[in-house]
Amino acid sequence: MATNVAVIRFPGTNCEFDVVEVVQQLGAQAQIVFHDEPSLGNADAVVIAGGFAHGDYLRPGAIARFSPVMEAVASFAQSGGPVVGICNGFQVLTEAHLLPGALQKNAGLKFRCGFTNLRVESSNSVLTSEAQVGDILSIPINHFEGNYTCSSETLAELQGEDRVLFRYVTNPNGSVDDIAGICNEGRNVVGLMPHPERACHDLLGSRDGIVLMSSLLRAAGLNAGVPT
Amino acid sequence: MMFDVVVEVRLRAGIADPQGATIERALPALGFDGVTGVSVGKSIRFSLQAADESAAHAVVTDLCHRFLTNPVIEDSEISLHPAEVAAH
Repeated sequence: MATNVAVIRFPGTNCEFDVVEVVQQLGAQAQIVFHDEPSLGNADAVVIAGGFAHGDYLRPGAIARFSPVMEAVASFAQSGGPVVGICNGFQVLTEAHLLPGALQKNAGLKFRCGFTNLRVESSNSVLTSEAQVGDILSIPINHFEGNYTCSSETLAELQGEDRVLFRYVTNPNGSVDDIAGICNEGRNVVGLMPHPERACHDLLGSRDGIVLMSSLLRAAGLNAGVPT
Repeated sequence: MMFDVVVEVRLRAGIADPQGATIERALPALGFDGVTGVSVGKSIRFSLQAADESAAHAVVTDLCHRFLTNPVIEDSEISLHPAEVAAH
């Protein structure tokens, strides 16, 4: 059976087609799942795509977390299924308490849009298993509220348990400890502000996202050789 | 009974407030000297039906914790009082 990725769409999501395109490019199937669906179907992995779910009203992700689909995402995550939240999806995962911490407004109130260099800090997660620690990946960011923050206890946990997956080489937004992406204790739920799905083709200026997206598909059960 | 509720949401102490800092930096250029400690939050107003004031307070506290604030970065202050009955 083909590997199937559920791509979650809330009202205001705008990166879902980019994710679908990359998933298909890498040899798997993708289906868009709307926020009011109570089920993920036969998904092998979930991507919460970027955008502005529910207009980012109140706080990014604050309203999206109460969507029916998020209950299905939470049970899928609890059963060990791979879940990746990209940008707004990361914000949704923190609001849903599937990942610790919060994303606040960028230091300096700058909306940051452009390529950024990420250093892979751990290859032990569903999104980084095919990358090497120390790899520098060129991946775009596009956010106003990407300034990762958490309590000092949480930060110590993330550092001590090797759960910081990516750090910015040059911190663009004020994130504590230069954090760009983290995972949960089970290492199957990942959130990151940069957009790997926008860095999977020469025409887009970088192919560095492929190693991440193919790691996710591998975690979802795709065994066939991933085209590079 | 009906209560008028105002929830003030503000960033927790120690959380950077870039909006407050930006406003504060702009003030001297407008001739407002001596303004310090600017912080930006939001206020949320609504009406609530509840049995009494302590029940209302419990509901609003729960609402703040689960939805209106993100406790990782925000605190809230609740004020509520019985709504004035509209004359008919």
